[in-house]
Amino acid sequence: MSNQGPKTLFDKIWSEHLVGQREDGTNLLYIDRHLVHEVTSPQAFEGLKLSNRPVHRPEATIAVADHNVPTINRQNIEDPQSKIQVETLAKNTKEHGIQYFDLMDQRQGIVHIIGPEQGITQPGMTIVCGDSHTSTHGAFGALAFGIGTSEVEHVLATQTIVQNPAKNMRISVNGELPFGVNSKDLILYIIGKIGTAGGTGHVIEYAGSSIMGLSMEGRMTICNMSIEAGARAGLISPDQTTFNYIKGRPYAPGTEHWDQAVEYWSSLPSDNDASYDHEIVIDSSEIDPMVTWGTSPEDVVSVKGTVPNPSSAKTENKKKSIERSLEYMGLKPGTKITDIKLDKIFIGSCTNGRIEDLRKVASIVKDKKIASHVQAMIVPGSGLVKKQAEEEGIDIILKDAGFEWREAGCSMCLGMNPDQLKPGERCASTSNRNFEGRQGRGGRTHLMSPELAAASAITGNISDIRDFT
Amino acid sequence: MDKFHSLKGIAAPLPIVNIDTDMIIPKQFLKTIKRTGLGVSLFYEMRYDNDGNLIKDFVLNTSPFDQSKILVAGDNFGCGSSREHAPWSLKDFGIRSVISTSFADIFYNNCFQNGILPIVVSPENLDQLMTAAKNQIEFTIDLPEQIIKAGNHSINFEIEEFRKERLLQGLDDIGITLGYQDKINAYEEDKKNKKPWLFKKN
Repeated sequence: MSNQGPKTLFDKIWSEHLVGQREDGTNLLYIDRHLVHEVTSPQAFEGLKLSNRPVHRPEATIAVADHNVPTINRQNIEDPQSKIQVETLAKNTKEHGIQYFDLMDQRQGIVHIIGPEQGITQPGMTIVCGDSHTSTHGAFGALAFGIGTSEVEHVLATQTIVQNPAKNMRISVNGELPFGVNSKDLILYIIGKIGTAGGTGHVIEYAGSSIMGLSMEGRMTICNMSIEAGARAGLISPDQTTFNYIKGRPYAPGTEHWDQAVEYWSSLPSDNDASYDHEIVIDSSEIDPMVTWGTSPEDVVSVKGTVPNPSSAKTENKKKSIERSLEYMGLKPGTKITDIKLDKIFIGSCTNGRIEDLRKVASIVKDKKIASHVQAMIVPGSGLVKKQAEEEGIDIILKDAGFEWREAGCSMCLGMNPDQLKPGERCASTSNRNFEGRQGRGGRTHLMSPELAAASAITGNISDIRDFT
Repeated sequence: MDKFHSLKGIAAPLPIVNIDTDMIIPKQFLKTIKRTGLGVSLFYEMRYDNDGNLIKDFVLNTSPFDQSKILVAGDNFGCGSSREHAPWSLKDFGIRSVISTSFADIFYNNCFQNGILPIVVSPENLDQLMTAAKNQIEFTIDLPEQIIKAGNHSINFEIEEFRKERLLQGLDDIGITLGYQDKINAYEEDKKNKKPWLFKKN
């Protein structure tokens, strides 16, 4: 990559963070913020201890427990292993002088919700976390990606990471979004189009009027699922919407630096004539509300569609893969998506656990009741999202409709805590992965937007929000 | 880190695409605070039934594949979560190399941190190796020469030079980077002046 010539947003952040080249030819990239949670960090701290290495810059790291935490009765973590993991994080962060939001702190929540909420996430930063959904923070024009535990240890010890540059991909979505279509539908549609390995080796920059018209919450949903398209990270240009969101948050630049920061952030968007290794242009009018039918996030279909037939697959491998998914999901080819009956509804996760998501659900279920055969739970993304929802009376609307109102955490997105599907149970979920066993062994996940999940909770079947009044 | 030079052994065929890290090591095993002991839980839901009994016809439960050192798997292996528990569980089981047509980025990177060699081959070569694996033909993987041999197949593979060196020498990555401490400190001093808001104490 040359320093001259037009640059993409990714190129600019990359070159700004290059510390230098090591003798082996790899690049050392400086990391501005490191987010840490209880599941992927204990072995990293243990590694530091064994080699007697300190944390290089403790104030650049923020820690929170989210994956293991119960969403009810949280004073007492019943699972002894989960308890040890959470206690280990508290101990490690204390020992190294790292800021930790404990379970009783209102700021506790899913790591990718609280970063933006606290103003920790800012444009032009490099942000890493031992979690693949770190891509969420790309919504602010920050280069953010998930890393493994060995790399967590590397970042703790050196505040850098060993990386080689990614390739640039731009996906532009243009036009006003059709009624009933929102950010979750956009990203599911994109993953369906390019596949779960479509972004491998790339950073995807999302552009176009449909993307830039989204709120920060909507942009975060898009970038969050970049990893489901195989991309290293997702990026969206910072603009006035971004700056307005950040201003005044606890970790945001203060008044003494605000103008200087905004001036820098405003220089970040890709140059007009920057070139990309790969470009995709989508007209938003072709997008419907989307639902997954299978066990990979690329298995998407319009809510108006049907379960696919393996015999229509183009390759033998694809045919086998569809057959395997249908067997796991207990679905027959040709079944109308809206004829699929549900057992559970899960609203939450780092994909769709923000206040805007909760407001949408509340507006749809207000003065209605969930179907008698479904169990519906709503898990706010953070303690502060929960508090705000309660101040707005959203919790009352949801509880009246029959939803369970829980404490913040990752919850049934991955079911590390007690919130899990039982074998054969079918769930409409606003989370990000429909892998086999993800939400519980034998559990069947249909990914969709909060709007569709809310409508589906009321009817008890997967439902099209456009038919729902 | 363990070195990797060459490897000889049986390869287990797993002809499934998009094998994700949830399949490789399900969530309930991520509660450990250790790197070891995960091999017994590798591919848990495919290997054990609801009562925890071995599923006899799953490939890693059958002889000689229960002694496999190599996996041959479908496209996009290791997609999903960043959990390094996936390579930890493979290694603890005894797997030191995975062969596929493509790997998810984070998983690919995590393998090298643990002395595991992920190898990308063409779809045609994968078909040949899958058949060889099913036929229990012994594989030889030679990293210095970048060759996989199985029966009458001899397949060259690509690997970035720095990754190859790290595996061959079993280098400590953090130790290497700490050799650049002066550069890191100088970078920080420079940015403190240019972007002071990034160094504000909360």
